[in-house]
Amino acid sequence: MRREYTSDPRLRLRNVRDEAAHFRVRAIVGFVLIAACLAALGVRFAFLQISRHAEFTARSDQNRISVRSIAPTRGLIYDRNGVLLADNVAAFRLEVVPEQAKDLPHLLDELGSVVALSDDDLDRFNALRRAKHAFESIPLRFKLSEDEIARFSTERWRFPGVDIVPYLTRAYPRGEDFAHLIGYVGRIDVADAEKLDARSYAGTTHVGKTGIERYYEDELHGEVGYEKVEVNVDKRPLRVLPDRVAPKPGKNIYLTIDARLQRAAADAFEGRAGAAVAIDPRNGEVLAMVSVPSFDPNLFVNGIGKIDYATLLNAPDKPLLDRTIAGNFTPGSTVKPYLALGGVELGLRRPEDTVLSVGEFHIPGQERGYRDDKKGGHGRVDLVQAIAQSVNTYFYSLAYDMGIDRFSGWMGHFGFGKPTGIDLNGESAGVLPSQAWKRAHMRQPFYPGETVIAGIGQGYWVITPIQLAQALSTLAAKGVRHAPHLVHSTQDGLNAAPEPFPDNPPEPTFIHNMANWSAVLQGMIAAINGPTGTARGLGENFPYTIAGKTGTAERFSRNDEEWQNIMSVAVERHEVLFEAFTPAEDPRIAVVVALQAGHTGAHDAAPIARKIFDAWLKDIDGGHG
Amino acid sequence: MNAQALPRLQAWLVRALREPRLDLPLLGALLLLATCGLMTLYSASDLDRHLVLNQTMRFLLGGALMLLISRVPPTMLRNWTPWLYGASVLLLIAVAVLGQGRGANRWLNLGIMRFQPSELVKLTLPMMVAWYLHARELPPRWLTLIAVAVLIAVPALLIAKQPDLGTAVLVIASGVFAIFLAGLAWWRIGILLVTAAGAAPLLWHFMHEYQRNRLRMFLDPESDPLGNGWHIIQSEIAVGSGGWLGKGWHHGTQSRLEFLPEHTTDFVFAVFSEEWGLLGVIALLALYLFIVGRGLMIAANARDTYSRLLAGSISMAFFVYVMVNGGMITGLLPVVGVPLPLISYGGTSAVSLLAGFGVLMSIHAHRKLMAR
Repeated sequence: MRREYTSDPRLRLRNVRDEAAHFRVRAIVGFVLIAACLAALGVRFAFLQISRHAEFTARSDQNRISVRSIAPTRGLIYDRNGVLLADNVAAFRLEVVPEQAKDLPHLLDELGSVVALSDDDLDRFNALRRAKHAFESIPLRFKLSEDEIARFSTERWRFPGVDIVPYLTRAYPRGEDFAHLIGYVGRIDVADAEKLDARSYAGTTHVGKTGIERYYEDELHGEVGYEKVEVNVDKRPLRVLPDRVAPKPGKNIYLTIDARLQRAAADAFEGRAGAAVAIDPRNGEVLAMVSVPSFDPNLFVNGIGKIDYATLLNAPDKPLLDRTIAGNFTPGSTVKPYLALGGVELGLRRPEDTVLSVGEFHIPGQERGYRDDKKGGHGRVDLVQAIAQSVNTYFYSLAYDMGIDRFSGWMGHFGFGKPTGIDLNGESAGVLPSQAWKRAHMRQPFYPGETVIAGIGQGYWVITPIQLAQALSTLAAKGVRHAPHLVHSTQDGLNAAPEPFPDNPPEPTFIHNMANWSAVLQGMIAAINGPTGTARGLGENFPYTIAGKTGTAERFSRNDEEWQNIMSVAVERHEVLFEAFTPAEDPRIAVVVALQAGHTGAHDAAPIARKIFDAWLKDIDGGHG
Repeated sequence: MNAQALPRLQAWLVRALREPRLDLPLLGALLLLATCGLMTLYSASDLDRHLVLNQTMRFLLGGALMLLISRVPPTMLRNWTPWLYGASVLLLIAVAVLGQGRGANRWLNLGIMRFQPSELVKLTLPMMVAWYLHARELPPRWLTLIAVAVLIAVPALLIAKQPDLGTAVLVIASGVFAIFLAGLAWWRIGILLVTAAGAAPLLWHFMHEYQRNRLRMFLDPESDPLGNGWHIIQSEIAVGSGGWLGKGWHHGTQSRLEFLPEHTTDFVFAVFSEEWGLLGVIALLALYLFIVGRGLMIAANARDTYSRLLAGSISMAFFVYVMVNGGMITGLLPVVGVPLPLISYGGTSAVSLLAGFGVLMSIHAHRKLMAR
């Protein structure tokens, strides 16, 4: 191709034709280059739209689709006869969309004159408001009263962006009777949030905090559902997309508890601090389990007020403490039947062997005397009388002969010194005196004198009412230990048949000779029904034979200042206990009553147990099992 | 005043409208493109009739301007060229001194309407270069080249200073294309390209911080996905999720749900790609290529050097819009504010583009009577 038209510019003659041809070439080259560039652009489009299509589709969906969780409905809790104990009831709450409210502080002020707004409400609202978008609806007040709903409805026009929203809230119709046992749900707080699976709890506001509500949280909660919503760039939901996974409601739980028996047991205490546990020895089902005093669990569901909480927390009789599983008691004489059985089972005594009680027992070669309850002693007593009259000397000498190792080994069969494993959180282990325990906790050897007083349930002994109830029902069931439990069956929705809750089969009995067991039973029958029994007269006018044992334990050492101070108030001096089962021949209910303060087990605790038996009788007569 | 002037002007206007001397293939392509643009805008604006009406008014205004200009003979245009160029550069200087606009001084308030002199330059600069080369010996030598470079650089620098990099690029491109079409020797082109590559770091030095950020983001958008990289990422997602056939008209979620910023203006191509897919994109690119090709054909048949160079550079500059915008929304090129011609919402670019096509029409109407 020519590079120039002519070498000498002065001789130049414009060659129009050439110039046009030249232009044509350039135009074609330009067009080809442009076509190539656009083709390259097209290839880039193809790369994005075809090769990486799947990736970008996913990211586009990620942009626009927001998964919204739908909280499942919490399972209900019933007693063994279908009495509703924990319900989900419709309630109304006030919600505010900050974006739609023009002047929020002013609006809240005005709103406060229509519905009561506490500082707690406002604090929570403001905390939530900071964490959410302005177009999201934020709850302000829960559980509006009918009055408040009516008042708000008439003045609603004054409050743009404020609305009444229905929701389900937990309610405990028999609040106080089951406050400790069923416990309560509460708002998920920071500590809960760390433990819970964020996915399955997305959308759930409440979680079981105590009792059955906590222990069976997984069963009660159910499975979260989902719906997909299309959101815009501000995360504002625009529409609900068709694919939706419905939530699966939590399982309903049927307790082993009989609500009527529970009520009767709670009433029987007449407000005195203590606990009672009733177990069916045939299967370990807990029929009643009360801790007195109690509180209203409904207060906790939507956040208890600071004042209410402080009142409960600081009350001297500790209503929040579940005395059935965490109340520590000294068992006193209630351990005697178990020790007596150990004496005959281990071959240290025969039932007919007698011991002479003269009012005081001495370890051979030692000065110190261990007293009987009766001045001058009970005279010569065999096993039956030793239990019936609660003769200390018999058990001092038996424990001494047995020695601490065999003592703790034998008593361990009844489950003392460790949690029973009942389906509740926060159970105390108690203390079964043993060499190992003392070494671990006091770094000291076990002294013979401590073995002697362990024989009457004093010294290092600590039990909880549920532990003693387990020991008693094991004894009643002739040495077969059924783990105490609270759940009878679960149910997948109200129309499904209840499924029995799985239960571990018990181990075979550890008692070798049933004649030994019968001797102990005779002693416990005599304690209630014999002329010399410590709780004589308790079984009058009861159709079945009651077998039992009283316990009266020192609350304080006699040298304590406190003991001196309450000397004059006999009723405050002791922790008093009573254990009994009936019918004696074929036990169907075993009851333990523990009172934090009282005069004697027979005087204070036994009548409560009798009332429980009476209530139970009405139930079985009424056809309930 | 001449008493004859008014009736003559009237007669000319009537003729212009009654017997427009238009190139029908080009007109058809433009109509198709404008229709496609209005449809895309209607979807991208989430069915905002008001916005579509506005754009239609601009198309009508631009169309009228195109008809008028098509009746102006190229020789007359050529005679006016130095004045028009001088006036537009003066306006640019006026903008630099007393202009107004968000962040960038691009606008001149004329009372009745705001006016962007840089749009005018898009037309007057190729006219000026063509005018200058028309009187010179071709192909151009170094001296001619330097003179042309000065003609380009003065308005381009003024525009870049506003700052409006996109328009500056377009203005420079139209001048450069004129030189290319004037037959600049390949070896000279080679030397220029090498020099330009060497001067690139210098350009970085003169850039504004926001322009540098755009370039950084172009190189690695994921480094700041919520900040400066957001535009590129969301645009690529819109394009990529379109697939072969697209999500369908008004079913593009990226724009409807506002993930894609500026989805009616600079990023409208992403909306189009999302809704019409690769097939739609290819059709649209083919339409653009057709318009460029038709423009070059008109240029090749033009009567004189001035017309050839002007028509050629207007056509090729049109391609630059498409390339820069398409490259931007697919992450191939950095984010530069260049609209997609006749589809992006925005008045001045539509009007100036159509005015440019008016020039093409005029050149077509006054083509060589006997081709070859």
